[in-house]
Amino acid sequence: MSKLLDKTASRTAGSAVEPHGWTKGVLLANGWLVYAFFYAPILLLVIFSFSDSRNVGVWGGFTLDWYEGFVDSRQTQAALWNSVKIATVSTVVSVVLGTMSALALERFKFRGKQVFDALLYLPIIIPDVTMAVMMLLFFAEFFDVLNAVFGTELRKGFSSIALSHIAFSISFVSVVVRARLAGMSSHLEEAALDLYATRWQAFRFVTFPQILPGILGGALLAMTISLDDVVITQFVTGPGWTTLPVYVFGLIRRGVTPLINAVSVVMLMASMTLVALSLLVERVRNVGTNQRRGF
Amino acid sequence: MTAVKLPSDAEAAVATPEFEAAAIRQESRRGFLLAMPSYAYLVLFFAVPLVIVVVYSFATRNRFGGTDLSGWNLASYARLSEPIVRDILFRSLWLALLTTLICLVIAYPFAYYLATRTPVVRNLMLVFVMIPFWTNFLVRNYAWRVILGNDGPFTDVTEAIGLGERELLFSKTAVVLGLVYSFLPFMILPLYAAIERIDKRLLEASRDLYASGWQSFRKVLLPLSMPGVIAGSILVFVPSLGAYVTPDILGGSKTTLLGSYIVTQFLTARNWPFGAALSFVLMAVMLTTTVVYFRKGGRTL
Amino acid sequence: MKNLTQLRILAGLLVFALVAAACGDDDEGAEQASCEVGETDGNLAMYNWAEYIDEEQLAEFASEHGISFTLDTYDSNEAMQPIISAGGSGYDVIVPSDYMVSILIDAGSIQPLNFDAIPNAANISADFEGIYYDPEGEFSVPYQWGTTGIGVNTAAVGTDFPRSWGLIFDPAISGEFDGEIQLLNDPRETMGAALKYLGYSLNTTSEAELDEATELVASTGSRLAAFNTDSADEFLTSGETVIAHGYSGDMFVQYLETDNPEDYVYFVPEEGGTRWIDNMAIPFDAPHPCTAHTFINWMLSAEQGAALTNWNYYATPNEAAYQLLDQELLDFISNPELYAGGVESLEEIEDTGDFEIKYADAFTEAKG
Repeated sequence: MSKLLDKTASRTAGSAVEPHGWTKGVLLANGWLVYAFFYAPILLLVIFSFSDSRNVGVWGGFTLDWYEGFVDSRQTQAALWNSVKIATVSTVVSVVLGTMSALALERFKFRGKQVFDALLYLPIIIPDVTMAVMMLLFFAEFFDVLNAVFGTELRKGFSSIALSHIAFSISFVSVVVRARLAGMSSHLEEAALDLYATRWQAFRFVTFPQILPGILGGALLAMTISLDDVVITQFVTGPGWTTLPVYVFGLIRRGVTPLINAVSVVMLMASMTLVALSLLVERVRNVGTNQRRGF
Repeated sequence: MTAVKLPSDAEAAVATPEFEAAAIRQESRRGFLLAMPSYAYLVLFFAVPLVIVVVYSFATRNRFGGTDLSGWNLASYARLSEPIVRDILFRSLWLALLTTLICLVIAYPFAYYLATRTPVVRNLMLVFVMIPFWTNFLVRNYAWRVILGNDGPFTDVTEAIGLGERELLFSKTAVVLGLVYSFLPFMILPLYAAIERIDKRLLEASRDLYASGWQSFRKVLLPLSMPGVIAGSILVFVPSLGAYVTPDILGGSKTTLLGSYIVTQFLTARNWPFGAALSFVLMAVMLTTTVVYFRKGGRTL
Repeated sequence: MKNLTQLRILAGLLVFALVAAACGDDDEGAEQASCEVGETDGNLAMYNWAEYIDEEQLAEFASEHGISFTLDTYDSNEAMQPIISAGGSGYDVIVPSDYMVSILIDAGSIQPLNFDAIPNAANISADFEGIYYDPEGEFSVPYQWGTTGIGVNTAAVGTDFPRSWGLIFDPAISGEFDGEIQLLNDPRETMGAALKYLGYSLNTTSEAELDEATELVASTGSRLAAFNTDSADEFLTSGETVIAHGYSGDMFVQYLETDNPEDYVYFVPEEGGTRWIDNMAIPFDAPHPCTAHTFINWMLSAEQGAALTNWNYYATPNEAAYQLLDQELLDFISNPELYAGGVESLEEIEDTGDFEIKYADAFTEAKG
């Protein structure tokens, strides 16, 4: 079925949809400008990570001191690892939960749908300092209650940060996945069900491939937000769980040194390697098959 | 989004009336089970904490900046009518709206272009959109400060093209630029997801029926991509309204916006009740705007 | 109708939240810990301002006592206080500023110190006895201190200027430096500077005086580049500003980073300015109070006090450490113009209770 659609799609490609003439020129120029805009500060960041001056923005000759500083600084490295761990866990959990809720809201009618919908929407619109304060008050009590009832020894730290990050990430994932699902016809799923596919099979082989771009988009968004959050993390963190943004925020008091640039460059390199690897894996897996419609 | 009205899943699945009641019940249970984990999670880790702060907004700041949970009152809400709060609110709404519009204008053609590439190119382009945002946002803001600042690359450019030394740093323009930079991906992602999904044969059909490029954009592409437009606008508008780091770093804190004002209440004046009250007003404004937005778009929230 | 059950559940949770919120406020006064000199009861968790202590110094303490340490940082007293007061923070030692110490004491958030375990407290200069925020000296020991004043780029401004807040607030003096002046983004500091210029106390609770100060700050208009606390020193040395309102240690460290430190001066204007004192204290529920006491005692030794100051360039309250300070730093401190109005003109910021709201509002209004 999907193969057939593919063929139709690729046969007609390049007509009304493929931009041409001045439209194409505008689109292309806009594209390059957007990338220039995105990468201007990144370029600057990379350049000054090699600058032999404490001030970002003052070129003081080439040096690798800041990278050495990163290798030597226990605190910076710990902060980076904390951020990576938290972002990974919160992204994975929120992608699963967010996708499920997007499906529930777009594909099903159920009791309390409106309440759920509104609840899902609140974490997006709440100012982060407000969420920070409420999570602080909440966790101060919550862990006490759990520890008293179950005899656990929960303390603020990884768990409280991850739980808070998931709480706001679910909503962001869900919004993006819903944008993908909204109005998308459910005929294909129904056809699959008519052909005796189980609910799971219908999801796995029909719905999932269709909404995958939305899920990936949501995952990227969730990860970005987790890696950037300062205020909420600052309020729910515990000893030894300072994340990179919180650390940077503190450092700013004594001036942003190129050390932070060096850390950013290391992070960039790491994430680019990761992406390159995953693209490579996908390439290998998809060899010979063209699974998606080539709009 | 009135152009295409597709039957909802529940309607379509129930073909024969006699099974209707049972089928609806089953659908309802399935939907609920699917929503259940997130629902429970958000109630425990969001709704409950939220209620704690709601309670605080009716409490009183004590002499030492703590919050006394007694003597409940509406004083914090009464303060919302002060002219300074109104000024800040309108100023913030305007800047957030401007940011959203600029993002939309830049992101739409970009997302369209993205959606018309082959899958490999498309993924690569998407990844390159996100990469800059895996650096720290404070660092990005500081990088912009260097670009826009005294003797930075920006003044070099304006001087080179004969505009004289134009320093943008510490102005409202710099704030909007910083906000657009920070939130542009939030517009691109949902727009791309929405446009990519559209059956392009509809566009071709419109052209076959002698619609101009503009007409087929206006009557086919735009309405079909409306969910993306709405999602993206919300994802940009909402954080813009609450932003405080960018106005601080790029605007020199010379213009107080709602986000900064709320942070000030919590972290400087240590007036938590007023901070909480302000937050709820902000949330109410956002909810109303977006509900209206959704209704206009033909969808319910 | 359908949502009725859910609303009931939500209502139940609301009640829980109310109860939880009410419970959050019971502050049982903490007892003084009974510890021996040099005793440790676990690893050290410090919560300090960023870049206020060298990690190496902490590592030295840890290895001397066979424990490990964690260092987490904050960027304002107001961000730290709720975290400590909420309980369960897990920190052993915190570094609150003067007025924040009194707030933490009133909130029952820090414990009385056991001075039997801190014999090195004898090294602290007598100037720090009976200070307003901890009159009996029961809860805190000074860590570092400094002042808030003006930094000037003499290459741009010259050397012939009055040592006065007029450098910022008087258009006749500063008019030519359009867009090249910065003020701290802090209501108490900036309103305080304006109040001092007008001849008032920076702890005033007179609305009329505060109104005057608000107008004065607002009148700086386009002369002002930014309200900024974090980068005051960097703006000055990078040429973004030529007159900067900032903290002593920040300025000194930044000056020494430049190729021409002699082009910059720092002074507290003749009308007077802020003196602030940061202190070490132990949260009421610190998990390792004895380690905390031992650490405080260790930090108050002559060698460690000097090491701290030689690293962050703020003034030490530790009299025994004076003779171990770097010459570079002593040069800055010996500048006769450092306190243009004499040491008596310095004033500490005190918590003004409900008037804090007025300060915050006045500052927001002045900024526009």
